Amino acid sequence: MTVDSPPAPVQLDTPARPRRIPPAVLLIAPSIVFMALLLGWPVIQGVLQAFRGDEGFTLDYITRMVEDPYFWPAVRNTLLLIAVMIPLQFVFAITMALLLRSNPRLNKVHFFVWAIPLALSDLAAGLVWLSIFNDRGYLNSVLTSLGLDSIPWLAYDNPATLFLCVLVAEVWRSTSLVLVIVVSGLQGIPKDYDEAAQVFGATFWQRLRHVTLPLLKPSLQVALILRTILAFQTFAVAQALTGQNFPLVVGETYRWYTALQNPNVAAALALVILVASMLISVFYLRALRDKGQEGTR
Amino acid sequence: MADITISHLVKTYPGATERATDDVSLDITDGDFTVLLGPSGCGKTTLLRMLAGLELPDSGSIAVGGKDVTYLPPNKRNMSMVFQSYAVFPHRKVRYNIGFGLSMAKKPKEEIDRKVAWAADLLQLGPYLDRLPAQLSGGQRQRVAVARAIVMDADVLLMDEPLSNLDALLRLNFRSELKKIVKDLKTTTVYVTHDQSEALSLGDRVAVMRKGQIAQLGDPLDVYDAPADRFVGGFIGSPPMNFIKAAVSGDGGALIVGDQRLRAPSLLQSYSSTDVLLGVRAENVAVDTQRSSGDVPGTVLVVEPMGSSILLTVEVEGQTIKVQAPPTFRTSPGATIWLTFSPNSMRFYDSETAMALVAR
Ligand SMILES: Nc1ncnc2c1ncn2[C@@H]1O[C@H](COP(=O)(O)OP(=O)(O)OP(=O)(O)O)[C@@H](O)[C@H]1O
Ligand SMILES: [Mg+2]
Repeated sequence: MTVDSPPAPVQLDTPARPRRIPPAVLLIAPSIVFMALLLGWPVIQGVLQAFRGDEGFTLDYITRMVEDPYFWPAVRNTLLLIAVMIPLQFVFAITMALLLRSNPRLNKVHFFVWAIPLALSDLAAGLVWLSIFNDRGYLNSVLTSLGLDSIPWLAYDNPATLFLCVLVAEVWRSTSLVLVIVVSGLQGIPKDYDEAAQVFGATFWQRLRHVTLPLLKPSLQVALILRTILAFQTFAVAQALTGQNFPLVVGETYRWYTALQNPNVAAALALVILVASMLISVFYLRALRDKGQEGTR
Repeated sequence: MADITISHLVKTYPGATERATDDVSLDITDGDFTVLLGPSGCGKTTLLRMLAGLELPDSGSIAVGGKDVTYLPPNKRNMSMVFQSYAVFPHRKVRYNIGFGLSMAKKPKEEIDRKVAWAADLLQLGPYLDRLPAQLSGGQRQRVAVARAIVMDADVLLMDEPLSNLDALLRLNFRSELKKIVKDLKTTTVYVTHDQSEALSLGDRVAVMRKGQIAQLGDPLDVYDAPADRFVGGFIGSPPMNFIKAAVSGDGGALIVGDQRLRAPSLLQSYSSTDVLLGVRAENVAVDTQRSSGDVPGTVLVVEPMGSSILLTVEVEGQTIKVQAPPTFRTSPGATIWLTFSPNSMRFYDSETAMALVAR
């Protein structure tokens, strides 16, 4: 009931007390230092690296990155993947979570099985799907045994199937993250709301649209931000399945760093991802902000 | 027509050992206001939820307007309900909450606005229409839940303790208000409460429940005046009915309480030489400081002035009873007073089964 009630303000400081560092600051200080050292410093380093040439500031690396023939295809592929994959994943995850909520038999087992991909490394997932999609993989074996022609799913001149393979593998691998977040979000919503909506004549779709999804919004927001940021970083699965044939931005970063031995351009690419992630987070936070609830925050 | 026929409804929650409703049968006439009254945990909400379709019975059936609805989904039953937990949607304004059922039924906007305004006016929610539930007090939230239920043209109105969170004065006001609203709506209503005064004042009929069963069903005054068993008498009325251990004399003509003999009503003729429980309401015992014929002496233990009357706790023949005296009556603890039981208001119960005795 009291989902939105703000916590009672705790007023510890009395005017008589001498000023000193609040305990909260002391408590989070170690993790702030830790984050600064392990995250902040490399980020600054990375940004500097993208712009620092032999004689000071330079845009050479950026130019080189943009003029590379693989850059725009990589950007296009990454965006395409995100645009198709994220909605698919949310539809799947919400459907699965609703199925779990209806309390089927063995519902703990279902949840466990559906969450397994979460525990798998993405490279391993890529290799698993490679064994399915390659020319003599499981999928083609099934096709031939059914008397159909086998299809070169991962051929370089077949961008549609390349995209499809990466999409399927990625959806399989990373939907469970959304599922886990949505399931925990659903569990936090008291059943009464759905029941009340039922009694007042709402159909399944009306309940989903007017009650369940709005109440699930905070969880969806978290899942959306996480998944989109992670989707920008899709790499190992595509690398394992397609190598260079389906370039993605992070794959390019990797190629510049290892194959082309140019950490500066790699840093420039990493910067593109950083900026894109930040923009997308801000966009989601604004777009999904609940206008009705602003007053209570 | 929305008469309700509940027959042999049994429900055991998964994992529970006791039945939440135990073979409940109940007929409700169209347009009637029926109150389910009983102590906490006796299965009132469970029965209501089965009526709404939110819970499926293990066995038994429910028919509304002659149509079996036992397994019909809630949204097909055309009922509306006030939830014990309110279940007011937290993400929507009060206005939307009240109109929820109507907008789900895709009613025209003017109709929704008109009915929302009507309900908000009745329940004094006008100033809060554009607030979120989190910005309301518990009692206001509960009124939103009531408003949401009454705007529907439902066949059956189910209310689960809809006034529980209001202060005493507001509750009294809304009680009569609600009685009027429901009378105007002419909707068949099932109302759950554990407040016996609410039950008596609102109900056309009262069903007193105990441990998943209906202990007594009847007109409020009957239930109050002639409880079917000791449980009902003890649950209804404040103070509850007094129960005094007594015995019927060998010839059936007298009732023996300790050393005292009272004239026995004719009902007891057939119960000669048996132990019985005498049930009498506090207001049906007359008190006097002087002895007159047929009086029983008692010692005053506690004197509690209630304003309109004085409540006395009196020891009679080793048993403690509550007696209601007029406000002008003056006495003090330790004093001896004389009690007169009026024969018409004495009720008798089996000393073992605690069921009301019937003439035989
Ligand atoms: N979801 C549930 N699972 C298991 N047992 C339940 C559940 N809901 C209720 N019960 C049990 O069923 C019995 C009846 O509960 P119910 O909610 O109908 O009581 P009630 O008469 O409405 O009480 P109150 O006046 O406190 O609301 C209780 O013993 C309760 O513990
Ligand atoms: Mg209840």
